[in-house]
Amino acid sequence: MTPRWLLSLLLCAALLSVGGALACGALPLTAGEVWLGLLGQGDAATVQVVQELRLPRVLAAFACGGLLSLSGVLLQALLRNPLADPYILGVSGGAAVGALAAMLLGAGLLADQGASLAGALLAIFAVFVLGFRHGERNIYRLLLTGVVLSAGCGALVSLLLTLAQGEQVKGMLFWLMGDLSQPQGLGGAWLVLLLAGSAATLAAGGLDLLAGGRDKAAALGLAVGRWQAMLYFAAALLTVAALQLGGSIGFVGLLVPHAIRLLGISAHRWLIPCAVLLGGSFLVLADTLARTLWSPLQLPVGIFTALLGVPVLLWLLGRRA
Amino acid sequence: MLEARNLTVSIGGKTVCCDLNLAVRPGECWGVLGQNGAGKSTLLRTLAGLHQPDAGEVVFRSSIDEAGSRNATGVAIHRIDRRELARQLGVLLQSEEGEFWGSVREYVLLGRFPHRRGWFGHSAEDEAVADQALATLGLAALAQRPLNQLSGGERQRAAIAQLLAQQPRCLLLDEPLQHLDLRHQAQAMGLFAARADSRQAVFMVLHDLLWAQRCCDHLLLLFPDGRALAGEAETLLTRENLEALYQCALREFSVEGERHFVPATHGV
Repeated sequence: MTPRWLLSLLLCAALLSVGGALACGALPLTAGEVWLGLLGQGDAATVQVVQELRLPRVLAAFACGGLLSLSGVLLQALLRNPLADPYILGVSGGAAVGALAAMLLGAGLLADQGASLAGALLAIFAVFVLGFRHGERNIYRLLLTGVVLSAGCGALVSLLLTLAQGEQVKGMLFWLMGDLSQPQGLGGAWLVLLLAGSAATLAAGGLDLLAGGRDKAAALGLAVGRWQAMLYFAAALLTVAALQLGGSIGFVGLLVPHAIRLLGISAHRWLIPCAVLLGGSFLVLADTLARTLWSPLQLPVGIFTALLGVPVLLWLLGRRA
Repeated sequence: MLEARNLTVSIGGKTVCCDLNLAVRPGECWGVLGQNGAGKSTLLRTLAGLHQPDAGEVVFRSSIDEAGSRNATGVAIHRIDRRELARQLGVLLQSEEGEFWGSVREYVLLGRFPHRRGWFGHSAEDEAVADQALATLGLAALAQRPLNQLSGGERQRAAIAQLLAQQPRCLLLDEPLQHLDLRHQAQAMGLFAARADSRQAVFMVLHDLLWAQRCCDHLLLLFPDGRALAGEAETLLTRENLEALYQCALREFSVEGERHFVPATHGV
């Protein structure tokens, strides 16, 4: 499949998924009604459902999916490890400990957000200081530091869950599995996504080099140390933005870049825009299923990213062999 | 073009060379010989600015410097911008970490990175240079194949094609003949010799004494005791030197004016 063709296809998929998600829900709408609702015409109830209830959630899901996919692409290039995903370096672990601790103390939604942000930033800083020490920039040290810190956070999360009571546990589990029902800071997330996406696409040549190893990249003219530090912080920032938007939603950041690669696209200048579009559409689809299948019960979106993503990726893997 | 001044290099506590002085000038082709683990690759990486020396410095004189307008004595290699350096100095590594998922052509196009001007994709000139390099190495038919499906020798040729696409004036080659069959060995050495003939500089780690004799005008011998000997190939390529170098008895014979060295025993 040529890159241009795949990109156009994914663009259509993105529009379709957003349109479909706006139409689905407790009040099913036709394509025409959705369009009128978006334009602010038609009856007041439809306009309200489309513009105030569904649109923010759909936009949040798309941005979140795009952020996670982009973060996954960057980390896989930085760590030269196909298993890297946005959460491997402990960012989500730190955020989860912060958020859950705030919930346990009975703080409000805003305090939860603040605490998760603080936890994530603390984890980013700790991994950078411990993993990039001595200017040695050994990438395995960075990876191991992140994994170890994640494991530590996992233990703390278990502890917090054990200490929590009744309703609190449910809120915590929702946070841990990802939940897009109360998106905060939507505009900021989109701004981060667009800026980081464009910057990464323009820097794609350097990412191609970096994936080939440290010496190779340096020999071909890349300031490797500076690039590694920049990539680390960029990926961490993207992950934080996604966490703030929808909690820790699994699988997207790992599966989406690999799905694009398995379709035969590996040059980062195509991989990045394709991954952002696919990640966004995929999460919109998963979130729509999560809120409609057992309606009015809303399921955590993380369940569907896994249930949808795993068979698709297994099929792609099998197809290539 | 490339100069080592009082260079002391070590890796993992082992000293590779001590107080080494050597200058690679335009038009020269250097061969580095030594046992496994003698530190040939480490020295090469040091000369490329990829490994920090313990003492001394590596100095590179760019084409502008050599025209005499500025920095007539050259600039320490770690102070040169890597991209600027990569336009003039090319390195063929012995092994590459990481995995490249793209096609052979895209891999060769990576060699154009230091010359790139545009922000997105490659210019027509970059593609032409890359295609030329592919054709030179006989890889045109494999251009669209994924790199990780190639054989070892084909991968090595792709790496050489990438180096040619980079168009450097100074080539540092770590075992450029590894995995290559006889025909492609001859072809690759022909390419490198032609570069030296056109006033470029070549510095390569070799194990094959025949090619060292045919193509190299200068040699650097890294002895097991940490001693290094640099000089003209004619004078250094003797049985005594080589026996000390490889710690192995050798038998010497001549065929049509070329000296051949083979191990005297089966070893064990």
